[in-house]
Amino acid sequence: MGHTERFGKNCAEMEDKLVQYLDGRAKPAERRAVEDHLAVCSGCRNRAEDFRAIFGALDDLPAVSPSPSFDASLRARVAAEADRRTLWGWIPSPRLAFAVAALVAMSVWLASTPRIVNYDSATTRVPAEAEFSMIRDLPVLENYEVISKFDALSELPASPDDTAAGEVKNETSE
Amino acid sequence: MARSDVQLMLDVKAGDEQSIELLLRKYRTPLVNFLCRMVRDSAVAEDLAQEVFLRVYLARKEYAPSAKFTTWMFRIATNLALNSVRDNRNRQMEISMDRAVDIGDDERPAMEVQDLTPTVEQYLIARSRSEMILRAIDALPEKQRAAVLLHKYQELDYDEIARILDCSESALKSLLFRAYETLRTALAPLLNAEKVSSNAPWRM
Ligand SMILES: [Zn+2]
Repeated sequence: MGHTERFGKNCAEMEDKLVQYLDGRAKPAERRAVEDHLAVCSGCRNRAEDFRAIFGALDDLPAVSPSPSFDASLRARVAAEADRRTLWGWIPSPRLAFAVAALVAMSVWLASTPRIVNYDSATTRVPAEAEFSMIRDLPVLENYEVISKFDALSELPASPDDTAAGEVKNETSE
Repeated sequence: MARSDVQLMLDVKAGDEQSIELLLRKYRTPLVNFLCRMVRDSAVAEDLAQEVFLRVYLARKEYAPSAKFTTWMFRIATNLALNSVRDNRNRQMEISMDRAVDIGDDERPAMEVQDLTPTVEQYLIARSRSEMILRAIDALPEKQRAAVLLHKYQELDYDEIARILDCSESALKSLLFRAYETLRTALAPLLNAEKVSSNAPWRM
């Protein structure tokens, strides 16, 4: 009869089916449903025509090529990351890595500022035992203060599905 | 026989670092294209594409072939792109708010919203057809934009795209429908002009 439907129930169904019909991925039953509707609805027929033209227009867009330095700078980044990891790789946990870093920093500080700990004029250097006990006590510091402040360090590696994917910031859009 | 992406990735996991070169060669161009149209800046796009490969490489030990490799890779890429677009928009917003304060109310800075409803004159100014199409893609809300780019250029299945965008397949279908409908409105002058010039009645 060639009557034209106003935007009705069948038109609303096209929202789920039309794109898949046009890209050739609709199942036979859905395909038939779309064709039956397009045969009687000029509005959706127009839309289908426009969508097809848009697909064609998108196909015509020129492709972008990666710059010639792409691979080289990627390799440099991978290598830098690998080096960073190897350096710390022998330390089993980030917390321990931090403790070691703190220990190194502490030793440097002790070595470079003997006067600060030199409360007794009789001794000109920090006694070896005192230095040793500073170092020996570090794990205590690590356990009670460092951990509470540097939890972020323990969130580094994880499975591909979580951190590697990088959480999308909690913001919604269309 | 060529190894599948999943096999290549499993080989990388097993210590064969050369295999990641094959994945890189296969996917750098699609990735850069996708990211370039997502973030609208080729330098940023390249940086993000490298970041994707870097993350794939760093996660190799934990790699489990629970999904297609492309799903995993484009999921990383999409999340990086969405974050970059949103960071950038927030920065722009701060800049334009600062400017609004500086200039005062009667001389408001031109808002990007104007790009959503281009006039025929703007189209005439646009130098080429490609430029019009790119502008229309740029003006899409970012999730619609990602859906269109993944659907049209990456030959991914609907279930893959839905996983990449973290939505159901039916939500994806309606997202795509709305995206193409938005493009249809934005490109109406172009579509109508081409309809007239081709002068051919549409056939099923
Ligand atoms: Zn209809």
